[in-house]
Amino acid sequence: MNIAKVIGRVWATQKLPDLEGLKFLVLQPMEGTGEAPVGDFIVAADSQQAGPGDVVFYVTSKEASFPFERKYTALDAAIVGHVDRIDT
Amino acid sequence: MFLGRVVGTVWATKKDHKLEGLKFQIVKKVDQELNLKPDFAIAVDSVGAGAGELVLCAAGSSARMTPITQDKPVDTVIMAIVDQVDFDQP
Repeated sequence: MNIAKVIGRVWATQKLPDLEGLKFLVLQPMEGTGEAPVGDFIVAADSQQAGPGDVVFYVTSKEASFPFERKYTALDAAIVGHVDRIDT
Repeated sequence: MFLGRVVGTVWATKKDHKLEGLKFQIVKKVDQELNLKPDFAIAVDSVGAGAGELVLCAAGSSARMTPITQDKPVDTVIMAIVDQVDFDQP
């Protein structure tokens, strides 16, 4: 998993049927302490009702479909939790 | 997923038989201002995207989780056509 900040949202009505109702958020991956951005933004499906500015952690690759328990969920990134605090 | 724009189509008659009937779109990634970036991918189109459309693509084995790419040698798929992208003001 990785940490990211929610920096935007994507609206898509025309999509795979099993993605119906999913929210897509734009994430800026952050390095371990959650302070500095690292790399390009990605788009992730949201399973945790995240909102703008939230710091979240997300899962990638095929596991990104597991929070949604549907059949044809071609997703490679999904928010799976909110970050309360990071102790290093 | 990555955000990109369909900039072309690849036609290939000689190919792995499992890929018969699939449409291969050339998708260039875009930055926050939606300008085209140099890197691109060949993605199987599972939602009927047209040239110039902004799309979302899933890569890796997730790309096989659609009715038309299941169990096929495909690692990138267009799974949504984007209506709108909002970037929050920093």
